[in-house]
Formats: sequence, C-alpha cells, structure tokens
Amino acid sequence: MAKGDPGAPARGRRAAPRSRKATTGDPELVQLLTPSGERIESVTGPDGTEYRVDFTDEEYRGLYRDLVLVRKLDAEATALQRQGELGIWASLLGQEAAQVGSGRALRTQDMAFPTYREHGVLYCRGIDPIMPLGLFRGVDQGGWDPNEFKFNMYTIVIGAQTLHATGYAMGVAMDGKTGTDDGEAVIAYFGDGATSQGDVNEAFVWAGVFNSPLVFFCQNNQYAISEPLERQTRIPLYRRAAGFGFPGIRVDGNDVLATYAVTRHALDNARHGQGPSLIEAYTYRMGAHTTSDDPTRYRIASEVEAWQAKDPIARMKAFLEREKIADAGFFGEVDEQARREAVDLRERVLAMPNPDPDTMFDHVYPNGSPLLDEQRAQFSRYLESFEGSAH
Amino acid sequence: MATETLTLGKALNAGLRKALENDPKVVIMGEDVGKLGGVFRITDGLQKDFGDQRVIDTPLAESGIIGTAVGLAIRGYRPVCEIQFDGFVYPAYDQIVSQVAKMHYRSRGKLNIPMVIRIPFGGGIGAVEHHSESPEAYFAHTAGLKVVSCANPQDAYVMIQQAIASDDPIVFLEPKRRYWEKGPVDLDAPLSEAYPLHASRVARAGTDATLLAYGPMVRTCLDAATAAAEDGRNLEVIDLRTLSPLDLGVVYESVRRTGRAVVVHEAPSNLGMGAEVAARITEECFYSLESPVLRVAGFDTPYPAARVEEEYLPDLDRVLDAVDRTFGW
Repeated sequence: MAKGDPGAPARGRRAAPRSRKATTGDPELVQLLTPSGERIESVTGPDGTEYRVDFTDEEYRGLYRDLVLVRKLDAEATALQRQGELGIWASLLGQEAAQVGSGRALRTQDMAFPTYREHGVLYCRGIDPIMPLGLFRGVDQGGWDPNEFKFNMYTIVIGAQTLHATGYAMGVAMDGKTGTDDGEAVIAYFGDGATSQGDVNEAFVWAGVFNSPLVFFCQNNQYAISEPLERQTRIPLYRRAAGFGFPGIRVDGNDVLATYAVTRHALDNARHGQGPSLIEAYTYRMGAHTTSDDPTRYRIASEVEAWQAKDPIARMKAFLEREKIADAGFFGEVDEQARREAVDLRERVLAMPNPDPDTMFDHVYPNGSPLLDEQRAQFSRYLESFEGSAH
Repeated sequence: MATETLTLGKALNAGLRKALENDPKVVIMGEDVGKLGGVFRITDGLQKDFGDQRVIDTPLAESGIIGTAVGLAIRGYRPVCEIQFDGFVYPAYDQIVSQVAKMHYRSRGKLNIPMVIRIPFGGGIGAVEHHSESPEAYFAHTAGLKVVSCANPQDAYVMIQQAIASDDPIVFLEPKRRYWEKGPVDLDAPLSEAYPLHASRVARAGTDATLLAYGPMVRTCLDAATAAAEDGRNLEVIDLRTLSPLDLGVVYESVRRTGRAVVVHEAPSNLGMGAEVAARITEECFYSLESPVLRVAGFDTPYPAARVEEEYLPDLDRVLDAVDRTFGW
C-alpha cells in the first residue's frame, strides 16, 4: 500500500472464511483477524453495524509492509537512544496495528491529532519518519507542517490534544465541510491514562454538545507508565462514551483489519455529520513506556508473553501465508526494505546538526518582540566577546 | 457617528462588533456570552446579530474553552475567548501556558494561534472570593504570550480590535471596576492609524515624579496627580498599556527627567509587574534616580474579603504616600 490515502478498497475480493456476530466469542471486541491469523469475514457490532474489509491481495500486502516498516523504524529509534543518539524514545512496539489500521483509514482530507507515540500514524500520513527523531534528539520541537500533512505536532501534555482536535472539528463543521462523502473528519489519539484527564472529558462534552465530526481513538495499551488500567477506570473505557451521548466501541487493536474497518466507519459517520464516536483499540505496550522506564518493576513476564501470542504482525503474516497472498520472496523483500530504511534513518539522524543557538530566539511570536530582539543582540555580543580567545 | 461618549464596557462591545464585522473568521466563545451577553454584558447583542456560530455559548469548562479555541485557530479561525472572571482562568492555565503560548514556537512558525483571551480582572466591586484577582504576572512571565490592559473607553475600543487583528496570542485584561466609567470614543478612527497596541503612553504630563500604572490603577494615579497638583507637586502619569512585552522607552525618558518613579498595581507586590519595571528602570536610569523606585501594590495575601478590599487596594492616599517617600529619600 502506497504512502498516503489508500482510498476506497479496490474491487476483486478474496472470500473470507467465516463470519460471526459480536455476541459470540468475546462480546466486547471487534475482531476480523484472530491471533492465529484466521480471517473472520464480518462482525456485527452492538448497534447492528456490520464491520468488514474487502481488500485486494495487494492491499493486504501493503498493510503488512506498513506494519513491518513501522516496527523496524521504531526499533531503530530505540537502538539510537540506547547508543546516546536520542535523548529519549517512546516506542510503539505492540501497537503497530492500532496505528496502521487507523492511520490508513484516514482519508486525505482528514486531520489527525497525535500524542507522542503515533509514529505509525505519522508514517501513514506520509511524513518523513525522521521528523519525530529531531524532537527526541533535541534538535527541534517537532518540525513537520501540521496543515501540509494533516497531522498535528506531537503533544506531550497528556490529553491536551483532544481539545485541539475538538476545536478543529468544530471548525470543520462551521466551514460546512460535513454531510457529504468528501466531507472532512478529525481523529484524536490518546491513551488509557489520558482518559482520566479533565481535558479529555471536556473534549467528550464539547464534541457531543456540538456534534463535532470527530473520532476519539483511544489506544488502551493497558499501562500509563506503571499504572495499570484498573487505576484509571472501573468500567471498560469504550463504555464511557455512552455517558457523553455518543457511540463507543472496542476493537482488537492488534488486528489491523478490524481497526481499519472500525475507524473507517467512525470517520465516515463523522464526515457525514453524524457526530463523534469513541474507539477503544485494545492493545498492549510490549516495550517500556519510554526508554527511561523499567517495566519489569511493575508487570510480570507471563503477562507480556500472553500478549506476545497476539502479536499484530505475526497474525497478519500467518494469514498471508495461509491464504497464499504472499510468499517467502515477498516477506524477504519487505524485510530488506525495512532494513534499508532503518539504515537510512540512522545515517540521517547521525548527520543531524545541532541548531545554531541564535535560533532559540526565532518564532516566539509571529510579530516578534522588542524584548527578545534586545536579548538576542545581547547574547550575540556576549558570544562575540569570546571570539579570538582560547575559550 | 464619529465621537460618542461610551462606558468602557460599551466601547469593548463596539470594538468586538467591529471585529466580527471586519473578519468572518473572528468567533467569540465563552460562558454566557450569547443570549445573556456575558455577565458584564460586554458581548451584549452580538449573538443576536452574528448568530450562534460566531458568538458561541460554551460548556462550562475553561480548559475546554481555550483548548478548543486552539483547534479552531489551527483551522484558521481567530477565537476571542471570554474568561468570566480572573479567578476562573486557572483551569485553563495549562492550555494557555503549554499550548497557546508554545504552538508557534514548537512548529517553528508554521502554526499561528491568533487568539485573544479576555479576562475581566482586579477588584473594587465588592465581589465574593475568586472574582477580584490580578493574575497578569503569571501570563507576562510566559514566553509566547502577549499581555495588554486597557484603562479608558477609547483604548478599550481600539485595543480590543488591535488584539484580535494581531497574529500573536494575547491576554487582554479588562479593568472590571472601570467598565462603567465613561469617556469619548472615536468610533470611525481607522485601525491602521491608531496608536500601537504594544506601546506605553503618557496619560498626564508632569515634571516632579513619574507614576506608572495600567488598567484600573491608571484612573487612581490620575486622581492622585490631580490631588498632588493642589499641593504644588506636578506628577507625570504613564499608562503602561502593554505588560508583555513592556514598552519602557517613554518611561525611561520620563524618569530621566523626574528622577523619581512609583509603580502602582493591584496585584501583590512580590514578583509582580512592579518588580520588573523597577529593575529595568534601575538598569537604564541609574544615574538619574533621586530615590529607589517604589511600589504601591496589593499585599501578599490572598485577595481579602470584600469589606476590607478598600484597605487592600492601592488608593490615592497610598500612592501619594509613596510619592512623599520618594521625596524624603
């Protein structure tokens, strides 16, 4: 699948083996691909919505390629941090399907508001994956143009971006850009910990009251640094939506197909003027919160192993093999592409120059400030005073 | 139309109306700003004339007001947010300091947040707690924000339009106790020829000492100067108008002439605007000073109960007492 919007799935369907009602199996989880790689043709959600995907073989392979590339680049970033080249890194390991599935469900005109872990969504939006590494290397504070890529800067303050997404979505509606097939929708990413934040709850209130074209996409990766989900909620997170007056649904966040189907449906509802919804992508943070964290202090190995068996890439690979959609040559080629892109990323990170200290005075205000002009000039004179000296 | 006599509150209303007329991207949002016209009626009649998509009654949550306004700004709107009272801005503090102030910087100039945050501030109206505070130093201390305060109807009318037209995020402090004071307002004055937003101005020329104030204390200082004149002392009063960035050129020029300066504000003195102004005057005018720069300010207590606020707030006598002390040095 090419970078950018894959568009509507092409014709030429592969028959999937079986379908089921959501009321069988796990009643709270939309799943189209089991951990062992079995396809479920469709799932009917609690409100009667039928979730299905009809991808071509090429599209299935494209999703697999996305998952592998995103994981490889993430692993490279972790390695760069370990070698002292990044100050910190927030790994997405384990959450690739939640991010690729939702990221590919976005249409070109849709706007996304990420946290600081949405490297997979960023990749799907066509942004150079080196961009967030500048932030974590400490040479800039973001870098990409949010309006060009329809992907806002990373937000570090937990949950703050959900309000930005809500305001942006209000603007979409005020611009009259909803109600049609080519309407615009907005997606707000956040985690399970963020659901305790006032800002997130205020965003729920606002989006509900103003019927904003917005999808709240919560990646429930089970931990807010060390705190387990039970410290944030006593009901499943997706059920919170009911109290705010819009639909909530839980999807298997390690299933790229189900995540795509559920997100695409929610986005299309939003763009057609049917208001907000909450998706809880049920997943697991396989790695540490960040490279500064030590998860062995607060969770046991058997839990991690249980989730290892639900790996999003392994199940996609098993499906592609079983259905003979891809062969060993394809998997080898994807691995080789991932390796090349990781090497390229590494080389470019190492070549990133430190910013000129003078640039810290840039862009504080669109209209500038005489105070800053004065401080910049003083700082410049101070630096010049060392010129020609030994120090 | 030309010049009319308006209260400061009505002048703000007229300025907001003009901004809504001039730019379809301007939206007003806040609690009770619609049908009610705001608890101080500053937005009176605007929703009726511009509709509820331009003048938006929001849910009752300040962080939500500012946070959604950030999103609207990214979308290309120019939100004018009303915080109902000074003491209610703190739930929005994170959004203001971490998001509004830093978005332009973090994006290396790719995003602008052309937002105005209107806050009725200061005491003197006999209000219950949390309704009389002066939070300006918190915001003036934050890089990425600009902070201004108007002191008379003409400035209120012009400055609110200038603030809305500016691409900088601006905290706009309205002296609530002066909302009902009247003055002449030239409603036809073109904005392009108006006195700059981020500039101080001599409000009363004088020769013997310089009083520095903004917002509600400008009136107090002008009254003090009138009283001092009866005693033969000719005080200059400067309306600072812009608190971030400060514009102190006119202040230095004045203090070099008078040799004495007193800074007056309602906010507590400790680490307040007066501390910064005094430090900068000392740096720039050291050899001209006949006495230390003195401050007349609120005390470093929580804002007290209304029945003692007259003692808490700087008034004419405390200002003149400080002036006397500069002459006793």
